[in-house]
Amino acid sequence: MTGVVDPAGRLGSSDPIVSGFPVAGPPRFESIGAVRTGLAEVDYLADEGIAGVVFLADRLAKPVLVEGPAGTGKTELAKSVARLTGSRLIRLQCYEGLDESKALYEWNYKKQLLRIQADSGQAWEQLEEDIFAEEFLLARPLLEAIRSPEPVVLLVDEVDRVELETEALLLEILSEYQVSIPELGTVRATRIPLVFLTSNNTRELSEALKRRCLYLHIDYPQLDRERAIIETRVPGISQSLADQVARIVRSIRTLDLKKDPSVSETLDWARTLVVLGVEAIDAEQAKDTLHILLKYQSDIDRAAKELAGVEPPD
Amino acid sequence: MLDLLTGFVAELRAAGIPVSLTEHLDAAEALRHVPMEDREAIKYTLGASLVKSSSHWRAYETAFEIYFSLRGPDYRIDDEPDSPGESGDDDRLKGAGDRRGQGRGGGTGAGEGMTPEELADLLYKALLSSNDAMVAAVARQAVTRYAGMEAGRPVGGTYYLYRTLRNLDLERVLDRLVDQARAATSSLNRRAPQDPEAPETTLTALEERLLRDEYQARIDQLRKEIEDEIRRRLVADRGSEALAKSLRKPLPEDIDVMHATREELVALRKSLQPLSRKLAVRLARKRRHGRKGPLDFRSTVRHSLSTGGVPVDPKFRYPRPSKPEIVVIADISGSVASFARFTLHLVHAISSQFSKVRSFVFIDGIDEVSRFFEGSDDPSEAVHRINTEADVIWVDGHSDYGHALTVFWERWGEEITPRSSVLLLGDARNNYHASQAWVVKELQGRARHVYWLNPEPRAYWNSGDSIVGEYAIHCDEVVECRTLRQLEQFVGELA
Repeated sequence: MTGVVDPAGRLGSSDPIVSGFPVAGPPRFESIGAVRTGLAEVDYLADEGIAGVVFLADRLAKPVLVEGPAGTGKTELAKSVARLTGSRLIRLQCYEGLDESKALYEWNYKKQLLRIQADSGQAWEQLEEDIFAEEFLLARPLLEAIRSPEPVVLLVDEVDRVELETEALLLEILSEYQVSIPELGTVRATRIPLVFLTSNNTRELSEALKRRCLYLHIDYPQLDRERAIIETRVPGISQSLADQVARIVRSIRTLDLKKDPSVSETLDWARTLVVLGVEAIDAEQAKDTLHILLKYQSDIDRAAKELAGVEPPD
Repeated sequence: MLDLLTGFVAELRAAGIPVSLTEHLDAAEALRHVPMEDREAIKYTLGASLVKSSSHWRAYETAFEIYFSLRGPDYRIDDEPDSPGESGDDDRLKGAGDRRGQGRGGGTGAGEGMTPEELADLLYKALLSSNDAMVAAVARQAVTRYAGMEAGRPVGGTYYLYRTLRNLDLERVLDRLVDQARAATSSLNRRAPQDPEAPETTLTALEERLLRDEYQARIDQLRKEIEDEIRRRLVADRGSEALAKSLRKPLPEDIDVMHATREELVALRKSLQPLSRKLAVRLARKRRHGRKGPLDFRSTVRHSLSTGGVPVDPKFRYPRPSKPEIVVIADISGSVASFARFTLHLVHAISSQFSKVRSFVFIDGIDEVSRFFEGSDDPSEAVHRINTEADVIWVDGHSDYGHALTVFWERWGEEITPRSSVLLLGDARNNYHASQAWVVKELQGRARHVYWLNPEPRAYWNSGDSIVGEYAIHCDEVVECRTLRQLEQFVGELA
């Protein structure tokens, strides 16, 4: 099964122009295992699920919607895949109020005005055709990703921050890999980019968006994986310290805190301990450096108390 | 395979997970790209294309385990504890086959005729060494020995699980493991007294805690293993379709709040946040687009001037729907506490949709808790403060609706206006106190609406000490509100 590759993607047609569907290009990955080892080479330790979904995203030419708690490496995944495939990473950071002119494209009206002034003698029809040419188009991240001749990984970060209505902007590009510009026509992808959308799940995304994506939920890693992540990402850490850090973090996550420590915070904490020259953590040191791991005073107090061995009140 | 997938999708839909046709097609397409023999890969492949919300994952996982379970003769329920060729086609265990052999050899012989003590010992060793294959083997043994499964009995696995776990007594095993570790360290220290770096003779509190968590995690793994084992055998016995129905895990929004397990409550709490946000967005939109105001005569005439006085383009007034004022009176005694908490949380999370929200909680005394929600962005924290700070106990801490309502009427009755909607939350189990239903009648006279939300199934109303009927005659409506979905629907209609 793995060997069969249909170059035109899921429509199954060999002629991209007739089908109107962009070429998926040769598959980027051999197998799920290849994705996993490849990602490990660029210092991203993927579990089975993550590697599997990345593999499928490439084969099916579908975008991936990545959800999960903050700081579990959602954005990092896209970056690592870009590094792995040697592609350029184009990033669209979403925020409330993001609109077409910032996400897709914009007409460079200043330049258009200049053009009109420079050629005042020309006939209007000619001029009109002229000023809506590629030359006056300012490509924003989405269009740029589509038009790029080189391989691209498109990262739409924190897509849950835009309003529900703005999500619709993404739909065309996600399903057809094309952008329609009324004055110019439709711009199709020269090569289907790998697309990652990340979401912190602060609101429910629309069904239409979800339907077009593969879904990947990244949770806090298991103990073994977290330990491995610490070992790869924190240079100079001893195995025993990494193990201890991972175990303490797991214990802290079982507490009912306002915000659980994320992987990135765990890494920061481990780095701090290395800088401080700590070889084995005792309760005192843990207490003194907890503020790197936890960001609320109430959480810090709680965790410090727990780690010091006071039984939970329950 | 396609047939199996179709059946699987049907089961997911029956469990309440929305799976569209496109997603179904995607899943079928995706299956072409993954090796059929890799069960884990298939699980993630189908998950990525069929399930688009992390809260649905648990339901998906259960359905998957049932539909794509490992089948084979070993999982048949019969009297023999174990068949010799057991590690044959179980591909999850295959890789670990060697280690497993060692593990079993190290423990006792094969399972035949193992005494409970031996099994307990093996379990203890498996947990201590954290050997996955050995844990799995112990799980199989335990199920064979203790679950007492009978072929063809149409029950879910919960009963078997309970029986197995009761016999294993994992709590005690945990304590024993920790004790053992403690003893091991102190003896280690005794053996090396010359080492100046290790002055303490016991584990520090931190280390002990870490150890305990470590063992807890292993025990959780064992539990899961046992659960899987029971399910596999049930599938082998009764087939996927029949079992899927009885094992179906409810989605978080369909969980019965009153009888939720701790695990389910966590899931509920997680899904409450997005739910309330979703509801707020929907309500705001309804307010914006929902109604058209009455004809604005003045504006229409003015605009008609441009068409020579002919009112071509009628103008309407900007709709200004009134926002209701909400008064929540909630019973927070043990039986209905979690329901009250969820409702308070939800109502306050969308408080922007109401002109005012006031909350009162009672058991047998009553206290206003609106102040906890003011000036705090996080309703869950406020709810937490209610539990610790509200003054709701008058005599003995058993629900007394009558007294609570009377006090409410005396102290705050004046403040109920025709703009207020009153929500009473509770099961109306009054411990045979006087009902004082006249308060509700008075409330109805003053307020715009009086609703009663009852978290009990309708069939239980008015049984035992439930006197919801006495209050119901004075309420505009009594609503059965057992799940988040029902709650969401009610609150959505309210605003």
